[in-house]
Amino acid sequence: MFTGHQVASLLQRSGISHVVTVPDSTVGQWQDGIVEAGIRLVRVCREGEAWAVAGGLYLGGASPLVMIQCTGLFESGDALRNILHDWKLPIPSIVGYRSYLNQDTLPGDTCLVFTEPILDAWRIPFRLITGPEQYDEMADYLAQCLEAGEPGALLVAEGKA
Amino acid sequence: MSGHVGIQLVDALRVLRAARQDRDIVIAGMGAAREWMTLGSHPLDWIFVPSSMGQATSLGLGMALARPDHRVIVLNGDGGMLMNLGSLVTITAQAPANLVTLLFDNGAYEVTGAQPTPSTPAGRVEGDAVDFAALARASGFRSVYRFETLESWAGLVAEVLAAPGPTFAVLDVAAMPDAGGPRSPGPAAERARRFMAALGSRPS
Repeated sequence: MFTGHQVASLLQRSGISHVVTVPDSTVGQWQDGIVEAGIRLVRVCREGEAWAVAGGLYLGGASPLVMIQCTGLFESGDALRNILHDWKLPIPSIVGYRSYLNQDTLPGDTCLVFTEPILDAWRIPFRLITGPEQYDEMADYLAQCLEAGEPGALLVAEGKA
Repeated sequence: MSGHVGIQLVDALRVLRAARQDRDIVIAGMGAAREWMTLGSHPLDWIFVPSSMGQATSLGLGMALARPDHRVIVLNGDGGMLMNLGSLVTITAQAPANLVTLLFDNGAYEVTGAQPTPSTPAGRVEGDAVDFAALARASGFRSVYRFETLESWAGLVAEVLAAPGPTFAVLDVAAMPDAGGPRSPGPAAERARRFMAALGSRPS
């Protein structure tokens, strides 16, 4: 849907300094473009770490973004609860929505059942991105979240797992 | 059990407090936070209460990357460390020279009543205590230490803090089964704002 350079350009425009991430087959393809754009990539071992690393970066004055798959969102609930809600640190995120566009690999993938309710349950506002025509909408939404000092997620539809 | 007899936690922290420089950021969670608060306060103390257990090392990594002009000292427990062992690898992958992780190993989940952790013989079907220093060394920490006595810790604390980082030190400490958990020293979001103002990272 998007190239790494497109995503990197979007992040640059929003002043993102660090991307804290665990890759999947979609968001992982953006890593090279992000690095080439001069944004520091912080590779974590598990998604829960990502929120705390991003929280520390934010407290230190950086502008981090968490980039993970929805499965990692499920894994990282307590960490994001603490960073986003206890400490009220407005960390934005890009969340890959596994199997949204194509369920050939994982028919009946329960990611489709749980992703949006989980975002709602954790009180993370989100914008669903299902096609390349929404590129400017992505940029606008991210800018809006940053300006408001509120966490928000770009939920990016993915194809095969 | 690793650390079932050992240094008194508050004594170890008193040594650290004397060695801590004014620009140092100290992140304290769980039992270490409880005892650290009894020794006073500092604008660059981050009392990680409430926390997500295990995330102190990750939070410290983020601060260390954002602020290479400050040394960041993380006070962690063995229970928390076990919840986020991967962070050892994450830290060394980023190689922050200004990050010091101090692991206070009492072999127990102290704040819940000192049940044994899976890393200590009392919590394992068989075998010795897990060697956290070896884990840190294998993960790629540049400087690794272990202390079993207060005297050795007091004698080398300055070296530990000045060592090429990332640095990891294990201190065997005695569990305090009746001590309970730390109490939040105030509204978290307000403390975050004060901390960022003290650090000069964002306007208050």
